[in-house]
Amino acid sequence: MEIPYSIEEREDTGLINSKLGIWIFLASEVMLFGGLFSAYIFLRIAAPPGDFEYWASKLSVPMATVNTMVLISSSVSMVMAWASLKLKDFSKYKMYMGITLLCSALFMVIKYFEYTSKFSHDIFPSTSNFMAIYFTLTGLHGLHILGGVIVMLYFYLPISHKLWEEQPEHFTNRIEALGLYWHFVDLVWIFLFPVLYLL
Amino acid sequence: MSSSSNNHDHHEENFIQKYIFSVDHKVIGIQYGITSLLFLLFGFSLMAIMRWQLAYPGTEIPIVGFIFGESGVLASEQYNSLGAMHGTIMIFLGIVPLAVGAFGNYLVPLQIGAIDMAFPKLNAASYWTYFVGGVIMISSFFMPEGAARSGWTSYPPLSVFENGQTIWLISMIFLITSSLLGSMNIIVTIVQLRAPGLTWMRLPIFTWAQFVTSFLLVLAFPPLEAAAVMQLMDRVAGTSFFLPSGLVMSGEIVDVAGSGSPLLWQHLFWFLAHPEVYVLILPALGIVGEILANNTRKPIWGFKSIIYSMVFLGFISFIVWAHHMFLTGMGQAMSAFFQTTTMIISIPSVVILTSYFLSLWGGSIRFNTPMLFALAFLPMFGIGGLTGLPLGLAASDIYLHDTYYVIGHFHYVVAPGTIFALFAGIYYWFPKMTGKKMSEMLGKLHFWPSLIFMNGIFMPMFIQGLAGVSRRLADGGQSYAHASGVLEWNEFMSISAFCLGLAQIPFIVNIFMSLFSGEKASRNPWDSTTIEWAAPSPPVGHGNFDGPINVYHTAYEYSVPDDKKDFKPQFEN
Amino acid sequence: MSNDHSKESIQEHIRVYLMVFGALAVLTVITVLASFIEVSTSEGIFLALIIASVKASLVAGYFMHLITEKGMIISILLLTVFFFFIMIFLPLISYTDSAGTHVPWVDGQ
Repeated sequence: MEIPYSIEEREDTGLINSKLGIWIFLASEVMLFGGLFSAYIFLRIAAPPGDFEYWASKLSVPMATVNTMVLISSSVSMVMAWASLKLKDFSKYKMYMGITLLCSALFMVIKYFEYTSKFSHDIFPSTSNFMAIYFTLTGLHGLHILGGVIVMLYFYLPISHKLWEEQPEHFTNRIEALGLYWHFVDLVWIFLFPVLYLL
Repeated sequence: MSSSSNNHDHHEENFIQKYIFSVDHKVIGIQYGITSLLFLLFGFSLMAIMRWQLAYPGTEIPIVGFIFGESGVLASEQYNSLGAMHGTIMIFLGIVPLAVGAFGNYLVPLQIGAIDMAFPKLNAASYWTYFVGGVIMISSFFMPEGAARSGWTSYPPLSVFENGQTIWLISMIFLITSSLLGSMNIIVTIVQLRAPGLTWMRLPIFTWAQFVTSFLLVLAFPPLEAAAVMQLMDRVAGTSFFLPSGLVMSGEIVDVAGSGSPLLWQHLFWFLAHPEVYVLILPALGIVGEILANNTRKPIWGFKSIIYSMVFLGFISFIVWAHHMFLTGMGQAMSAFFQTTTMIISIPSVVILTSYFLSLWGGSIRFNTPMLFALAFLPMFGIGGLTGLPLGLAASDIYLHDTYYVIGHFHYVVAPGTIFALFAGIYYWFPKMTGKKMSEMLGKLHFWPSLIFMNGIFMPMFIQGLAGVSRRLADGGQSYAHASGVLEWNEFMSISAFCLGLAQIPFIVNIFMSLFSGEKASRNPWDSTTIEWAAPSPPVGHGNFDGPINVYHTAYEYSVPDDKKDFKPQFEN
Repeated sequence: MSNDHSKESIQEHIRVYLMVFGALAVLTVITVLASFIEVSTSEGIFLALIIASVKASLVAGYFMHLITEKGMIISILLLTVFFFFIMIFLPLISYTDSAGTHVPWVDGQ
């Protein structure tokens, strides 16, 4: 049984199901991170003056800058992977998807070193409210990266070639939805970076 | 689009594929329905134990007393657990899954002439996430710490230190995820899979209600998820998101970083929980609309204004939440703002209710069981809504806040309101789901006692509340002098509650009896106009309809002048 | 853009993607440099959020194709953004407008 409009667009909305679905999911994600950002502002106002700035200065800006670059690169290679599929070039897709995976792995590794360097200086979520929101926000963001990586792996492993051969259009649409999710994760980081590290 | 729907593969499915891990929206809808009805019964039993304690404090609980220790008497902490779990189970595991999960899943694709939901596998995932969340929630009763005790609102700082809350939070994260997946699916289904000719203004009221409800769930639930994650951090990682500096507990200053804010929780919680009220009520309004139109045999009065009102209701329900927080020291400007939006939100509700009442005017009404429940819904919801007005005004709320008046108010909206509508829906769509009609006699035996005893429980709560009796008192207010004048109502309410439980027996008997030996239902037993009645009863396997569906009319063309029949189905030209 | 998927248009898109990538990289450097400028806290916050918003719009507009997206999705997102701001600002306003809130370092205690 085939659900209509999985591949071809519905005429009056101009959309396929998966695209609308992923955008509604992202809308809910906006509200999820919005709740935490709201908490950040609320707690910052409630904190003693200078407290947030003091603890923010303990974070490593160089590491975060590198991570920002890494994540932006992964976003570009993701969109290139999708464009390669549009050009029916599967080997290029594999290459770009591989780069995306590498970048996300690199991001996680840098994040790991950031976390452990905090722990080794006896800085934990319970240390201060800034650290609490820092670990919660970046932790949740990290979980999103992890989720993305799992899906990307699925579309990178040998099974992907079979999926592509069977239904190329469907496969392209799935990569587009994955890409939208991934760009959103990147977008969250674009806000997290200045808010946590620089302000 | 439905032309391809018939030639679905006929590969053999075994029992587990067909009934357990099915991706068919009808099976998932019924799974949701059975699970949530069981949870409703469970939540009701918790309440029955509490009501015994309130009527006869300090006496042994009959039948189930042995669970609560040697003496069989309910301890105060156990009372708190039951209260918190009653609220949580009824709302998050009972009514929302029944209204959105069961009815939404089963009926939305049928009402729009689709073969299934847009994402069938996601749909199954949503049910199983809900199921796991429910199992975790129930398992907390058997944990060494016991179930959560901080009320369904889980206000910190209490909830951060009180036993059992961790499991509650983990379970909530599952339930929220499940709701998100389910409602995403419903939105995409309604937008994308409408049958040819089914324009937005031809959508039935029920589908519109599900559409608005799903938006509320998608946009309002995530902030609570964020808040739940933060409270979990507070409990597990020792952070202090919700703990202020210098918090004193048992005479000692609590050793946390501090400078958090308990108010932050309240804001994030009510940002969900007020739209949640409309999640509870909108599907009910949708069901009642369907049944009223069908049984008055005339077009629903003011169809468009009802739809616009629903959309407006959903929109504005996001900016009224702080009327739950008038007592938190909010300033006058903000109080005035939320007071105003709260008064504004009552307008669309009144528009809808008035349209429903006007729909009755001049109709040749059929008083069958679904119609009786739907008719009872109108005044019951009316009482619930009108008693909410004094709570929306800061001045009177300061007096009434956290009294039994509040309990009476929201139970009128949800219990004889939403639950009656859900009962009506079960009676109305049971022939479609099973191919059998339910017994009218047993149905009426279910309806009349339920109506009487519901009012017997909740009406005296207004009296107690106005006298100033607080909610969440384990002894029902015996230790307070000002409550002494109204305490005799406790026994009356409790006996009503037990009788209400007995009144559900005909319903349960009816379901099983009709299932096995009920009268066979035709394709369209109620002579209805909406599309779900174009499908066979029950709808054919995976694919629902046995022919392509085209839509020619608006949803409720009853008693069209000069027509042979008194109804003109949407799917017939 | 979803209507036009010819080879040329995709290659045109790829050029745009690379340009956006360059712009994002430059803006990241600017964000870091800007944090060293001596300005008041509120000005700093304002500046950082402006740059972040520009970067976010580039990602959303070009990588996520929002500039050519269908009306249905745009309207859902506008609704979301509206409620996002409601959720951020209404609690804040009611916090600052609170009567009798006890803030130790403001009361000088």
